[in-house]
Amino acid sequence: MRFILRRLGFYLIAFWASITLNFLLPRFMPGDPVSRMFARSQDRMQPEQIEALRKLLGVDDRPIWEQYIDYIHNIFTGQMGVSISRFPTPVTEVISSQIGWTLLLGGTALVIAAVVGNLLGILAAWRRGGAIDSALPPVLVFIGSFPYFWLAMGALYLFGVVLGWFPIRHAFTDGLEPAFTSEFIGDVGAHLVLPALTIVLVSIGGWMLGMRNTMIATNSEDYITMAEAKGLRPGRIMLRYAARNAMLPSVTSFGMGLGFVVGGALLTEVVFAYPGVGYQLLNAVQGLDYPLMQGLFLTITAAVLLANFLVDILYVRLDPRVRSN
Amino acid sequence: MTISQVSFGSHQPVLEVKNLTVQYVGDTRSTTAVDHVSFSIGTGEVFGLAGESGCGKSTIANSIMRLLKDPAKIAGGSISFGGKDVLAMTPEELRRFRWQDVAMVFQSAMNSLNPVLTIGEQIVDIFTTHAGYSRKESMRRAGELLELVRIEPSRLKSYPHQLSGGMRQRAVIAMAVALKPSLLILDEPTTALDVVVQQEIMAQIKELQRELGFSVLFITHDMSLMVELSHRMAVMYGGRMVETAKAQDVYASPRHPYTQALMGAFPPLTGPRVPLTGLPDGVKFRNIPDLAEVAPGHFVAPFDADTSVVNSVNLEGAAR
Amino acid sequence: MTTALLKQPTPTQAVRKPNRSFVHGLISNKKALTGMAVMVIFLALALLAPVLFPGDPSRITAMASLEPSAEHWLGTTAKGQDVLALTVHGSRSSLFVGLTVGVASTFIGILVGLASAYFGKFIDEALSLVTNVFLLLPGLPLLVILAAFLPPGLGTVILVLVVTGWAGSARVLRSQALSIRSKDFVAAAVVSGERAGRIMFREILPNMASIVMGTLLACVIYGIGAQAGLEFLGLGDVSTVSWGNNLFWAGNEGALLTGSWWVFVPSGVCIALVAFALALINYAVDEVTNPRLRKIKTPKTTPAKAERSAAK
Repeated sequence: MRFILRRLGFYLIAFWASITLNFLLPRFMPGDPVSRMFARSQDRMQPEQIEALRKLLGVDDRPIWEQYIDYIHNIFTGQMGVSISRFPTPVTEVISSQIGWTLLLGGTALVIAAVVGNLLGILAAWRRGGAIDSALPPVLVFIGSFPYFWLAMGALYLFGVVLGWFPIRHAFTDGLEPAFTSEFIGDVGAHLVLPALTIVLVSIGGWMLGMRNTMIATNSEDYITMAEAKGLRPGRIMLRYAARNAMLPSVTSFGMGLGFVVGGALLTEVVFAYPGVGYQLLNAVQGLDYPLMQGLFLTITAAVLLANFLVDILYVRLDPRVRSN
Repeated sequence: MTISQVSFGSHQPVLEVKNLTVQYVGDTRSTTAVDHVSFSIGTGEVFGLAGESGCGKSTIANSIMRLLKDPAKIAGGSISFGGKDVLAMTPEELRRFRWQDVAMVFQSAMNSLNPVLTIGEQIVDIFTTHAGYSRKESMRRAGELLELVRIEPSRLKSYPHQLSGGMRQRAVIAMAVALKPSLLILDEPTTALDVVVQQEIMAQIKELQRELGFSVLFITHDMSLMVELSHRMAVMYGGRMVETAKAQDVYASPRHPYTQALMGAFPPLTGPRVPLTGLPDGVKFRNIPDLAEVAPGHFVAPFDADTSVVNSVNLEGAAR
Repeated sequence: MTTALLKQPTPTQAVRKPNRSFVHGLISNKKALTGMAVMVIFLALALLAPVLFPGDPSRITAMASLEPSAEHWLGTTAKGQDVLALTVHGSRSSLFVGLTVGVASTFIGILVGLASAYFGKFIDEALSLVTNVFLLLPGLPLLVILAAFLPPGLGTVILVLVVTGWAGSARVLRSQALSIRSKDFVAAAVVSGERAGRIMFREILPNMASIVMGTLLACVIYGIGAQAGLEFLGLGDVSTVSWGNNLFWAGNEGALLTGSWWVFVPSGVCIALVAFALALINYAVDEVTNPRLRKIKTPKTTPAKAERSAAK
């Protein structure tokens, strides 16, 4: 229990750090961002909104600490300002309308890459020097050397443009009504293949190598020797004794790797114009939509922290040594 | 009589090791850890194997069950168990041979238990794999096993880190006798424990041995424990055997200077205080020849100028 | 019994420098050799770019979107620029930024690691907290937001990459430094009154050499990849020629949709080759320093031979 509480405290500190960063960044910028945004919005901003923006970006004259308290208060009451590029929609609304797609893409890719990668890693370590161990790691490392977005572009070109097997942009065919029909779901699935495949290909190497190395280390532990001495079947030793223990560091690095996958997902979204928060972030940057940018950063960070917290809870369930403290 | 013929009880020895040689193969050269070692163990006999760290005793134990890991490789000799050639067994035969015919108690129970499975599950594993019992039946027998070593059956649900050191070692011993093997190998079973617990464990082992009648290969560097428990014993040095005889004979009249030094290094609990003698600095043994019989059942490796390399200054302490 | 008055052979061999066998192991390792060969080629290209392709690589030299031909080995972009020139020149910025980021991140990591290990207690707790927070915050969103708010330019790119990249090296180096810190020779140095700086840099650091090297390689890989990502989003220094920027323009000008694969393939392949080469060297360093990861060998004597010799 104490373990969980300590981790929770840690995540709160991390969240506080990102809020503070969000707060400080615009105040370090040269020039006046508000006027720039005003110009962009083409005179459509109301005085109250300009005032709100000033407050948000710290261009008004209140003392800094007062701004800080205000800012934190606003965050926790869900007020992240108004988006400039999608004027006058509030930031929270813009984000929530599209975060679902990112979760779908990232979630699918992560689960597939983690499961398949770990299984391959276990197999590779079990038969050291065998076919999987010798051939796959270099290949996967090579594929993983390509930048995410480049593989996405390659996949888009090869399978989308040249072969025409899969659609090349968006989450579903334009004009199709979103509904829980099999037609729509199938359409979504088709649009999901290329982006998800890209993320899986680039990240699977990391999972496999990580699990393989952990398994190799675990295999030299005494309890594995004892399990062999007990005459247990190899499959049982591999899963219940080796993998079950090797999983623990794997679960920990799952949490760490989440941030990385998020980055990959964002870039992939940009390439495929997939309407998730990654694509939104890019548009926000290009449109100098600072409130939206900040809102997206906070939301993404919060999501990663939350996911890490869930992973920690899972870890406690898996490792009895942590539990009984 | 050859060494192989000096066995306890029935004429067919439980374990027969002949000229076993084990090497650690490195990139540029190899080291011989066990050099043409032969011995045999009879039914119901407790055979002790003594020697300092690195003399090859654990390597022999691992070889018997074929648990050697790279870079260790069996480079010669034969191991036969109840007439079966262990080195020629297929993987499946080997798997069935392990734990049913021979079982091993490792030095550190904490390290040899799977930290994420309960004790109960680790015992059940044995039954479901070898005896084919159902889970429920296996659990019941597991409980009985724990009672045999005086642990509450409720501890079946505990994880290894929740047990005390002595309890863990007893649990591991219980696991080892689960399938009533003919040979039990004890590799330094009490080295990691304090003396009080040591005594408990030794008593437990003696009791089990009397009840179940298995043979024991008892490996340790603690001579006093060895003499207490063993029927026969052997002393090893640098991968070679230097002396073997009935435990009483080795204790009463050790012939080889190394054995004498080992005996002299342990103080007697009773009797007058005597200065400890051991192996002084600079005494090493090289080119140890094969064992020769010096008295009925008592074999010693002949020693002379070729065998021992001594620093003349420290000569006095070497022989009693 | 007679005894030989043989002198004990004292261990007189000199204490082997740990580096000699390490370097030797590395050079004889195929992976390391391949990796190093590739890196040498790229470094040569980067240095010789102005000689091989004089002038501004982004000037328009021919018709737009030409396929690869004898005149333009890799064809031209949608604007009519020579792709090969852009690719070779691109190596300069990409390798420079990658190396700078790598070195800077590793350097900060060393400082943090050594300070944590040596000073312990409060400083260690504080540094660990900061490191872990940075490790936790998702990298790319942080990169994006930093780059968006800071003035555009190469300096900003390097700065934000180091800010997002130092934590990884700090964590690894800290744990290694800590395990060395607990060794007896360090305790001896402390007790004998050696100055803090000397202990950190002359006692602890040299023993971490191979880990530092591995970390450096990983950080350089990160630098190159993350820079490419930033530039692809248009947040890098758009005025320079680099692999990431080449890909940015390729995306912007719709190279994919017009089927001009030669525009986006070369830069991506270069990034991958460099990253892979560095990864190979890293892999090799791991193998040389950790014997368990090496390939399995067969013994020199066979049982049959030994049997025959024993039976004599």
